[in-house]
Amino acid sequence: MSFLEYRLKQVPTGFRKVLYMNWPLVVLVTAVASVGFLMLYSIAGGDFDQWARRQSQIFIVGMVLMFIVAMVPIWFWRSMAGLAYFVSFVLLLFVEFTGEIGMGAQRWIDIGPLRLQPSEMMKFTLVMLLAAYYDALDSKKTSRPLYVLIPVLLTVAPTVLVLMQPNLGTSILLLLAGGAVMFAAGVSLWYFGGVLALVGSVVVGVFTLRGTPWQFLHDYQYRRIDTFLDPTADPLGAGYNIIQAKIALGSGGWSGKGFMQGTQSRLNFLPEKHTDFIFTTLAEEFGFIGAFSLLGLYALIIGFCLMAAFQNRDRFSALLIVGVAANFFFYIAVNLSMVMGMAPVVGVPLPLLSYGGSAMLVLLVGFGLVQSAHVHRPR
Amino acid sequence: MRRSARETEDVARSLTRRTLMLGGGMAAMVAVLGVRMRYLQVDQADEFKLLAEENRINIRLIPPERGLIQDRNGKVIAGNEQNYRVVITREAAGDVDLVLRRLAGIIPITPEELERTIEEVKALRAFVPVTVAERLTWEDFSKVALNAPALPGVVPEVGLSRRYPLDTDFAHVVGYVGPVSEKDLEGLETPDPLLKIPKFQIGKIGVERWMEDTLRGRAGTKRIEVNSAGRVMRELERQEGDPGLDIRLTIDAEVQNFAQARLGEESAAAVVMDVTNGDVICIASSPSFDPNLFVRGISHTDYNLLMEDDHRPLANKTVSGAYPPGSTFKMVTALAALEAGVITADTRVSCPGFIEFGGRRFHCWKRAGHGTVSLQRSLSESCDVYYYDIAQKVGIDKIAEMGRRLGLGQRFDLPMSAVTEGIMPDKAWKMERHKQDWRIGDTINASIGQGYVLTSPLQLAVMTARIASGRAVSPRLVRMVNDQALPVPEAPPLGLTPEHLAAVQQGMYEVVNGERGTAKSSRIVDPTLVMAGKTGTSQVRNISAAERESGVISNDDLPWNRRDHALYVGYAPYDAPRYAISVVVEHGGGGSTAAAPIARDILLRALSDGMPALEAYPSSQRGRIETMLNELPLRDPVTGITPVRTRA
Repeated sequence: MSFLEYRLKQVPTGFRKVLYMNWPLVVLVTAVASVGFLMLYSIAGGDFDQWARRQSQIFIVGMVLMFIVAMVPIWFWRSMAGLAYFVSFVLLLFVEFTGEIGMGAQRWIDIGPLRLQPSEMMKFTLVMLLAAYYDALDSKKTSRPLYVLIPVLLTVAPTVLVLMQPNLGTSILLLLAGGAVMFAAGVSLWYFGGVLALVGSVVVGVFTLRGTPWQFLHDYQYRRIDTFLDPTADPLGAGYNIIQAKIALGSGGWSGKGFMQGTQSRLNFLPEKHTDFIFTTLAEEFGFIGAFSLLGLYALIIGFCLMAAFQNRDRFSALLIVGVAANFFFYIAVNLSMVMGMAPVVGVPLPLLSYGGSAMLVLLVGFGLVQSAHVHRPR
Repeated sequence: MRRSARETEDVARSLTRRTLMLGGGMAAMVAVLGVRMRYLQVDQADEFKLLAEENRINIRLIPPERGLIQDRNGKVIAGNEQNYRVVITREAAGDVDLVLRRLAGIIPITPEELERTIEEVKALRAFVPVTVAERLTWEDFSKVALNAPALPGVVPEVGLSRRYPLDTDFAHVVGYVGPVSEKDLEGLETPDPLLKIPKFQIGKIGVERWMEDTLRGRAGTKRIEVNSAGRVMRELERQEGDPGLDIRLTIDAEVQNFAQARLGEESAAAVVMDVTNGDVICIASSPSFDPNLFVRGISHTDYNLLMEDDHRPLANKTVSGAYPPGSTFKMVTALAALEAGVITADTRVSCPGFIEFGGRRFHCWKRAGHGTVSLQRSLSESCDVYYYDIAQKVGIDKIAEMGRRLGLGQRFDLPMSAVTEGIMPDKAWKMERHKQDWRIGDTINASIGQGYVLTSPLQLAVMTARIASGRAVSPRLVRMVNDQALPVPEAPPLGLTPEHLAAVQQGMYEVVNGERGTAKSSRIVDPTLVMAGKTGTSQVRNISAAERESGVISNDDLPWNRRDHALYVGYAPYDAPRYAISVVVEHGGGGSTAAAPIARDILLRALSDGMPALEAYPSSQRGRIETMLNELPLRDPVTGITPVRTRA
């Protein structure tokens, strides 16, 4: 069913739309973000100004954006999908050549006080475009090679740009997000099987070509893999992050050391404790109970998203919601795997918790799209 | 695009199915994450808690204050002084080069030192403090403190460092401390954790080294919380250690100073021992060096000067030097012969100036010979032939046994470095050492303390003390530890017949006080302080037959290092022995001229409360002695300053 068939009288209009939003999702997102403020306050040693203030300001801005996006009909966003993707792609190209140099990678564009990461934007604009693509595509053609190739190219092109920045974490997330939408859209499982086989052979290639001029990854990326495979080999160097993160997590125990009592983070043993490794502080101070509760909150957010997708009979909306939810999930999965020593350290923030403006904003706009799809769903 | 209702339903169902599959995958992943969380935070929590604690808590050692070393009256020989120093930490400094260059503008640092410090700072971990400068004056120290804002990472510190106020007087006895080296740690199963403190100083030689355990004390500990950079955040707990124990030596610092000054520039050694209990009153070796140089880290120039000096200032000649005792050994041969019954006190031997054994001629030092010689004369005039004759009758093994009974050929257990055993040769020794049979010529040489016999000045002092007392007194260097007097072990009798001892003592009396005694010019005229003794002159070269024909070259015509060693042993007062002394002057020429006068002065100094009284000297010598004593570069007992005298 396409949006042209909507019976418009059943769609809420004006400020009544607010009542039709997915409120549990709003509450859950706010709850998780609040945990983030709390943690940033604690990590700064009881200082609200260092990180928490800015983070909460950005959250408020993000929430406003979310509401605005939610109020705009989803069909408008659908028509914007191509343009949004195009803009993200151009920005991505732009940072590739002129972007700010930070952390050894070109990732940012400074827009006033905000540091915009086009790669973050791309995650959601890609989902939008793919959802629009599958909405427009005759479902019989979904698995035909040519029509599989188009979304693959749409996904791979920005991925390559992000990889060149280089930002391994985000490029993986882009691939996964694109893949998730294609998967939900019903692309034949054979393709996915084929890709898995290909990935397997690439992994072998990565390791066998190491040290040759044809090596796939940067040396520091290889070192991250080495470190992941054996963090104890270099406890004060590359393995330091993982070891200290695990110590922080583990020493939290069942109920944690208490708010602001985390010795690992307070005494600076934790690296990037306010960004990618923020979960370790939470786990240290609130223990298994706190960490598991956070995981539960995240699961609920994803669950509500998926529920919304099930309820939505508009193909674009459903695919968009699934795409945003999958994106959100992959963030969490990669970040938590990373800090718990199950995946290499690739530099992926924990959504809604990690300090960082553009990721938070983009995510909230993504949730705005979910809300818009929910509000304007065919009834 | 228009789609049929059926088609739309199929597509929607497909989407739902796929979304469910995705959701299922996500749920599985969440479950995995949850399980991992549980594993880390519940199952392995204890282990990680321990690791976090180890991260956070550091145990730092508090170095104990090192025990003092004092002389027998409590005068400090080795003490601790406050040491103002400046350390830098790279982590806090940021730009180390800049900060150090600024620091160099405030306090005196040479460019080389600066270079070395920068290198050291960069080589160590960011939070490890590195000493930039030590022993600053209070002024420089406060300048650094004042300029602290401009010098991030620079911390002025006050520590204790070893100081030897009596510098050269005790360098050989007390030694010095220095930073722990790899070699020091070798062979220690469980080294004291203190030794791992960077730049911790331990005794390197002498009493500092051999009584290290007593002096060092026990480390205290403080538990501190550190951050990841290792910086101390706060102190959690403190446990004080025990300071090292003070040691009081048997040495009298003033006598030691006198002896050291009296030996002067000679390459010489003097040991004074209390005959009654073995207390070493003075044990001087010259030339000496300033141990403070070593504590500070001696420069190459200074070290090379010490190493290249042919008078070997670094060697402790009193216990490490092994010299042929020469005629000072004759008492041993005499006592061995007396005990063996080969001679009596009245036995006479004819000395024609030489004696022949197995086709070889052995000469007396007096070419013309001594005529008929009694035991007394053999000592007082130091006749060699007398001893050649009796020695081959007694045999080397009995002489060696007597030598050992009197303290030769053995190592005394003193807390000093490189204490030599010397050599008291006998037949078995030669067989083992040289794989050769003992020959009669060896006995003849040994009988007058030449040949294989080697003794240290300490051993000679012990020998003299034993002859004087008739008891097996052993030397001791430590009188008190931690203000507790150490027990003086009762010296067992030597088991020598009193008549034999008396005969030898009488001979030694005649050496100094007899009309023709070799040390007659060094006699003490004060009747309460009369000295007995024996001179010795030991050859360090062979005199060829040809040289003997043309006349033995006099010492004055020989290069310094070919001249004879001058020796003297003695004790006083003769009728109630108190102190025994031995003096060795390397390449000093004759014992009677080079060694005996020194011995008399030092003995008199030990026996007096202050400087030796001129009345103790023969009246004809008093003028000369007075001048000599006045010119001695003695340390001012109050200021501790030694006057600098230009060498005549």
